[in-house]
Amino acid sequence: MKVEGNDWFYTKEVKEHFMNPKNFLKEEKEIKEFNGYGKVGNMKCGDVMEIWLLIEKNKIKDVRWRTFGCASAIASTSAMSEMVKGMSIHNALKLTASDIMDKLKGLPAIKVHCSVLGDEALREAIKDYESNNN
Amino acid sequence: MTKTKNIQNTAKELYMDYSATTPTRQAVLDEALPFFVEKYGNPSSFHSTGLVAKRTLQDARERVAKILNCDEKEIVFTGSGTESINLALKGIAFKNMIKNKGLGKGTFITGKIEHPAVLETLEWLEKFGFNIIEIDVDMNGIINLKQLQNDIKKNQEEGLPVLLVSIMYANNEIGTIQPLKEISEICHKYGVPLHSDGCQGAEYLPLDVTKLGVDMLTLNGSKIYGFKGTGLLYKNKNVIIESLIHGGGHENNLRAGTENIAGIVAMAKALEIAEKEKKKETIRLKKLRNYMVKKIKKEIPKVIYNGSATKRLPNNVNFSFEGIEGESILLRLNEAGIRVSTGSACASQSLDPSHVLLAIGLPHGLAHGSIRFTFGKDTTKQKIDYTIRELKSSIKFLRTISPEWNKQKSWRKR
Repeated sequence: MKVEGNDWFYTKEVKEHFMNPKNFLKEEKEIKEFNGYGKVGNMKCGDVMEIWLLIEKNKIKDVRWRTFGCASAIASTSAMSEMVKGMSIHNALKLTASDIMDKLKGLPAIKVHCSVLGDEALREAIKDYESNNN
Repeated sequence: MTKTKNIQNTAKELYMDYSATTPTRQAVLDEALPFFVEKYGNPSSFHSTGLVAKRTLQDARERVAKILNCDEKEIVFTGSGTESINLALKGIAFKNMIKNKGLGKGTFITGKIEHPAVLETLEWLEKFGFNIIEIDVDMNGIINLKQLQNDIKKNQEEGLPVLLVSIMYANNEIGTIQPLKEISEICHKYGVPLHSDGCQGAEYLPLDVTKLGVDMLTLNGSKIYGFKGTGLLYKNKNVIIESLIHGGGHENNLRAGTENIAGIVAMAKALEIAEKEKKKETIRLKKLRNYMVKKIKKEIPKVIYNGSATKRLPNNVNFSFEGIEGESILLRLNEAGIRVSTGSACASQSLDPSHVLLAIGLPHGLAHGSIRFTFGKDTTKQKIDYTIRELKSSIKFLRTISPEWNKQKSWRKR
């Protein structure tokens, strides 16, 4: 039986990142190639994000993530991972929730707290890298 | 009779959310349609056009009363299940406040897993001085009868009259069916009237109010293949309530406003069809339900079947999937054309997951990860098989990208 879908609650951009997320961690063994790790959120509010960064010469060479949460949480992590690839740490630290929202062409107001986690997780990971390398 | 094109359940969607609402049945629509254009009269008019409407209303009332096994004067047609609940609860409250010069004096008792229509109405009534008690449920969602009895007794001994007990017939999220007869026996032992929200049960469960022992019963049209914006309250003639809407003597002075004849006819027809098909449809859906539950348990690891295995609506399946969140599952299924609902906060306007799932003891994570499938007249084994296939791949993918799932995996390794 073939059933087609239609209609959507978020923007086209959210849908694409949710249905086909980019840069997520496929296998545990990938972790060892990364040198910065961050995790934010908790199960009580229903969003948890993990991010791994590979930082070389103050630049984010590569990124992986895992997210527990709703479609906008998954999409915003995926979008953020594309945005920070190749970015300097300096610029990555300046990344805000609204930058991620812009990339997704907006999120419903009630969902904004999900994307806020994306930039927080990123900062955690950079902090982790810096404390390991200073 | 006017014929309309059947537009129910197109190939593009596989509807598994009949507890949210049902499509209108063709036969229901056909019977109601003449009352829009051809027979449009107002039952209160003193002429032939009005008389047709008045007789239609009377006839519909009798048909409903027959199914509920009550007097036709005990039926109040309203605009929704929510309105009926408000009428039952506030109707009792206002009566009490009139007696006490504006202040609420007495106790309302309800359950922890009631619909917001009950819980939020009672929360509002608290402001007027009423005392509100929410009885616990067990892990299956069944009300704690001992606690109910003790709370009634304790309140009455302390001189606080218990004005009403309101316990739902069947739960909208996990399908748990309450032992209404036993509940009513406890209530009546202490002279307390019982109201029940029967919206979810109407399609499949017995509606004889005498056998159920309820003093008030709320039903609505949108869950039984009738119209949205229709509901009714059965109110035993010995229970006295105040009206919430004034401006005419409609509905025995309990609900003013020109009657929604088409909607009321639709409600009567929908109830009649439900009554006729109840037995057969319950057997058919129970089989499908048990099939789906067994298959999900077998084919998807780390799932929790929420609610009671036996005291349950035949059309309700509710699972929590460890390590992932419900809105994500819902939206991935939606992309495959499958419509379901979730107890996750992410799909609602609040930050907390389902109060029902928390009340039966689920931790937050599992409550966020719940999906409800509810069946109806067009549900088939083939549709369930397709749903399970899509569910499996959605869950597998979401678990791959979930920190919670992978954390649990590494716990297990240790």
